Amino acid sequence: MSEATVIEAKNLSLTFQTNDGPVHALQDINLEINKGDFVSFIGPSGCGKTTFLRVMADLETPTAGEITVNGMTAREARKNRAYGYVFQAAGLYPWRTIGGNIKLPLEIMGYSKTEQNERVARVLELVELSGFDRKFPWQLSGGMQQRASIARALAFDADILLMDEPFGALDEIVRDHLNEQLLALWARTEKTIGFVTHSIPEAVYLSTKIVVMSPRPGRIADVIESTLPRERPLDIRDTPEFLDIAHRVRDGLRLGHGDDV
Amino acid sequence: MDCVWGTAMTSSPSIISRVTPVLTIIAIIIAVWYAGAVALNAPWAQDKATRAGVTLSFSELVSDTWAQEKPKLPAPHQVAKEIYNTTVMKKITSKRSLIWHGWITLSATLLGFALGTGLGILLAVGIVHSRAMDLSVMPWVIASQTIPILAVAPMIIVVLNAVGISGLLPKAMISMYLSFFPVVVGMVKGLRSPSAMQLDQMRTWSTPKSTVFWKLRLPSAMPYLFTSLKIGMAASLVGAIVGELPTGAVAGLGARLLAGSYYGQTIQIWSALISAAVLAAVLVALIGLIQRITLTRMGMLR
Repeated sequence: MSEATVIEAKNLSLTFQTNDGPVHALQDINLEINKGDFVSFIGPSGCGKTTFLRVMADLETPTAGEITVNGMTAREARKNRAYGYVFQAAGLYPWRTIGGNIKLPLEIMGYSKTEQNERVARVLELVELSGFDRKFPWQLSGGMQQRASIARALAFDADILLMDEPFGALDEIVRDHLNEQLLALWARTEKTIGFVTHSIPEAVYLSTKIVVMSPRPGRIADVIESTLPRERPLDIRDTPEFLDIAHRVRDGLRLGHGDDV
Repeated sequence: MDCVWGTAMTSSPSIISRVTPVLTIIAIIIAVWYAGAVALNAPWAQDKATRAGVTLSFSELVSDTWAQEKPKLPAPHQVAKEIYNTTVMKKITSKRSLIWHGWITLSATLLGFALGTGLGILLAVGIVHSRAMDLSVMPWVIASQTIPILAVAPMIIVVLNAVGISGLLPKAMISMYLSFFPVVVGMVKGLRSPSAMQLDQMRTWSTPKSTVFWKLRLPSAMPYLFTSLKIGMAASLVGAIVGELPTGAVAGLGARLLAGSYYGQTIQIWSALISAAVLAAVLVALIGLIQRITLTRMGMLR
């Protein structure tokens, strides 16, 4: 494990015991994520990409193998509030304003009132929602709500951001815009990001590293280091280089499927 | 905030369209009531007429059935007059004042309701947080409601009397016994209403259980709580009235019901009955109002 490794999985396996017998959600996962990486996990449903993200977050416990986050066990990392987690739904509390929602983790972690207000203003600016702190969630569009939930995950000092299909429920136009914003935000904050997605263009556009996963049992089919520059305008998606990487991702997905499809 | 009230105003139906159905139903009830009074009281009117040796025309028959002293079913205006006489025309401190009796019942209802709500919420919190309590308490809570309250009420009154507790508290205990149940059931459901995602999110912040309770579970349970409180309040009033029956008809709407039936004072029974119904409607409507205001302010009602 090198100096820059933030998350490392070694021979990681997770088996769920169900009434229909054991389900191998993850099998022999080996992966290193370096500081400042933007890592996407892509694969069909049931390939364990979300489960893997949840293992990093200590929301699931692996049945075999090891995972370290910031050099600690996943559990210690969670206790140390090492990461912010963005779920597929924004999950904002209707009875709190946008500002109040972002303050929620800060209140739980015991930040002072002035510190809370400062941080709310700072992260709202990061997600381009300045001036919305006194609005209620229902007054915002779905895309804005999701940005607010990203702001909430950024509000405390976690240098890892785990995102589970955060834009999955949004339409393509909003999604493109948010992808662009997310890249800008990543460049400014230098966070390490783990990002689960269904979309090949999204994965290729955002990532420095693309982890292609395959189902039954969930395992890694391919790890692609992106050759794209860090600075990425939206029209980079029409370059041959982009299409090359997308092609490789598609190949990996097809290979992983075997004869299933 | 201007637009908040704007949408609230336009989305709620106008007063007229909300009141019309209610008034229509009331008109139908009153019409059926008058017809019922004629049908039920006619035999007695005919009986009197036969003994006096006269025959009644239809209009005479109708006017007699609506003006008897001890009718089987008093007409609405007789009940209205009795209520007017025993509320507006009597001093509040008089033992013949319905307001005085109503207050006796209301105080027991409110105390029982407060106790029941408190007990219900406490039990629900325990049930949600402790698996042992979930398995052990819940069956007893359900069993408690299968016992007919009419059988339990006299025992509670007698036992508490024996240890020197009488008056308000025994009645409130019966109200509590009836009203804690909907609160337990509703609050257990409400406190469990946060989604797995919301609970996972709290976990990612390593949130202590008590904080999860105050910041997520309790606010999420509010819509469930109010629904339970409405049922609990109505049950509480029934409890207080039932609690007044075995005390020997001293005071309260229940006592008026009992005294009325001892002496065949049907008009008195019905006026006590109507008063109880109005009281219940007002109390439930009051909770409904608080519910609307609270949930609107919490952004949970749109």
